[in-house]
Amino acid sequence: MTVTTPDRVDLEDTLTTSDGTPLKLALSQATRRARIRAFLLVAPLLLFVVITFAVPIAQMLYLSINNPIFSDNMPRVTAYLKANPIKGVPGEEAFAALALDLAEAKKNRTAARVGVRVNYARPGATSLFKSSARQAVKFITPPYKEKFLEFNKEWGELHLWRVIERASSSITMSFYAAAVDLTYNANGDLVRVEPERRIYVHLFLRTWALSAVIAFLCLLLGYPVAHLLSTLPLRYSNLLMILVLLPFWTSLLVRTTSWISLLQSQGVFNDLLVVIGLVGENDRIQMMYNQFGTIVAMTHILLPFMILPLYSVMKTIPRDYVRAARSLGATSTTAFIKVYFPQTIPGIGAGFLLVFILAIGYYITPALVGGSSGQLISNQIAFHMQESLNWSLAAALGAILLFGVLILYWLYDRIIGIDNMKLG
Amino acid sequence: MSKYKLMASTFLVASISLGAYSVSAGEITVMSWGGAYTKSQVEAYHKPWMAKTGHKLKSVDAPNPSAPIKAQVIAKNVSIDVADVEYSDAVRFCDEGLLEPIDAKMLPAAPDGTPATKDFINGALTDCAVANIVWSTIFAYDSSKFSGSKPTTIADFFDTKKFPGKRGLRKGAKANLEMALMADGVPSGDVYKTLGTADGVKRAFAKLDQIKKDVVWWDAGAQPPQLLADGEVAMTTAYNGRIFGAAIGEGKPFSIVWDGQILDLDLFVIPKGAPNKDLAMDFIKFSTDTKRLADQAKYISYGPARKSSSALVGMYQDGKTMMGPHMPTAPANMKNALLNNFTFWADHSSELNERFNAWITAN
Repeated sequence: MTVTTPDRVDLEDTLTTSDGTPLKLALSQATRRARIRAFLLVAPLLLFVVITFAVPIAQMLYLSINNPIFSDNMPRVTAYLKANPIKGVPGEEAFAALALDLAEAKKNRTAARVGVRVNYARPGATSLFKSSARQAVKFITPPYKEKFLEFNKEWGELHLWRVIERASSSITMSFYAAAVDLTYNANGDLVRVEPERRIYVHLFLRTWALSAVIAFLCLLLGYPVAHLLSTLPLRYSNLLMILVLLPFWTSLLVRTTSWISLLQSQGVFNDLLVVIGLVGENDRIQMMYNQFGTIVAMTHILLPFMILPLYSVMKTIPRDYVRAARSLGATSTTAFIKVYFPQTIPGIGAGFLLVFILAIGYYITPALVGGSSGQLISNQIAFHMQESLNWSLAAALGAILLFGVLILYWLYDRIIGIDNMKLG
Repeated sequence: MSKYKLMASTFLVASISLGAYSVSAGEITVMSWGGAYTKSQVEAYHKPWMAKTGHKLKSVDAPNPSAPIKAQVIAKNVSIDVADVEYSDAVRFCDEGLLEPIDAKMLPAAPDGTPATKDFINGALTDCAVANIVWSTIFAYDSSKFSGSKPTTIADFFDTKKFPGKRGLRKGAKANLEMALMADGVPSGDVYKTLGTADGVKRAFAKLDQIKKDVVWWDAGAQPPQLLADGEVAMTTAYNGRIFGAAIGEGKPFSIVWDGQILDLDLFVIPKGAPNKDLAMDFIKFSTDTKRLADQAKYISYGPARKSSSALVGMYQDGKTMMGPHMPTAPANMKNALLNNFTFWADHSSELNERFNAWITAN
């Protein structure tokens, strides 16, 4: 006879609530209900984030590698090129497909859109497609190739057909290539574009450099202010806080245009300099429509994003530490460097990253005060979104910017640790 | 149950009255270029149309109304009923299927019975657009800033030695490259032929290089008169009507140099899928009749696109300025004028703008 102790499961099975349901079941039901309720509470926000944030970014990424305008509207040429990769100018069969596709494109009014797609890589294609589609009736009987070449000899150009072949595959990396100043030459090799057309690599580097300078300036200006805020008695610090927050609450556009009236060559600063005789009436200093204007205006606008995280971190640092260091014989410099400063690093990291990331995507301020040398990559993205309407290129540029920020974030996590970041 | 009855009947009444409301008074949204130009359209077109039909009209502005159209049509979320766009955009968008076709035969005839298709100037009617005005890109200066000799030719604009001072230019390839070539001595008839070659493009940019460090770039048409008034620039390119408005309307000492002007048309278009297509069409028919087109010239110095309107163009709204000599099409102003070539820009705008952007951002 051995006494067996019932194990836990058995024990729990025998425990019931007052209405007779086993306790385990009742418990799991209760926690599930709580979980569902919690999820339902979060659901609106989750849905909002997915719809307004995750989906558009995914769409953008997709747009940057997928441009089906050609394959959707020129199905026969696309099918032909898939089966017969271009070696030289194609023969009769390809031109027959082209004739039928153009006739259909004319009916659907899509020829120009196809032309615009090809035109990205080969100028002149828009009107070639448009004019050929207008005459589509002429081409739908053999001899196809002869008629096309007779209409416009550009149809017999190998480079054009290589461009068409690349445009015909809807999944393409060519927009990323264009976004880093690369292009395909007549032989189909990836090469850098001519020097006078290189722009994006230079602009990406400038955007990163300017953003870093702005974030650094914000840190330089914001650190003492945040320190003052966190140490002053409440009545003064509240007033100071309002001074920090007031511009923060003012419209971005208003602040940018105020800088215009301050910095322009007939503006307040220049007038002041002329009045006190530092510069002559005819050599007023150009402080706007250049990088200087962009840096000044953006530093001012982004300053609160540096001060607030710094302040929230500094507020939590007990003064006793510095006092202890001083009483143990440290000079004020040593106490600052060894004791106070290291404790503010989470705030510095957060502020720097916040300002840097915001600066990288800034658009209105450089557009208004940047002139030509103060333009950032976002101005080119806006240009392709709004004016050239080459959305795939805009998406590729945006995606590169996004990857850049993600890499920065990853580096930050590796070096300082994201858990160390304090936003407030 | 009575609660539900009440709700149901309230809902019914509300929907009927809403329905009745939308039948009696519709609302269309018209997008234009802002500033003095939109104001002239409000006076000449919007107000009379609202008074006559009882419908409402919402006027919105963009630096270039063509930009939102494509975005809205592709996203299938069109909120604009009528937009005022440049010729090259009207043609391009029509070809790309982004606009509703407009049958020119529906437009009212001239008072003497000439059908609209004959009454409009050449090229003013396309498959999807109806022109309202002829405008032009000119350059202007503040005459109080030049005491001695004053600029008279397009070459003077690019000559910062003879006429020192900053220059205002529109941030974009169009018009700047043409003006640069004309200033470099290319006759207006050969401008687009020259610009079609690699050497010609190089030549245009080389000319722009001469003033690059002195340029203040503008985006919206309302900016150049402001830049001149603030003394930020000594001369600037601009749309002629904006300078006229500042000079005659507000009494600013601005002068226009017509040499090397580039003529263009502005046209009304209806984006595909516009929410109030029929009302939009009605608005266009109303606004582009002989009288309204002539009326607009009362408020801004852009030429009407109908031949029959020219005879009706008279005084500026101040009652003492004759509009005729201020029109870009006045014979005295046409001596060295260039007509914007929209097919050239349809083909080369992406290439040349890319190059222009690279040029402008390079230090």
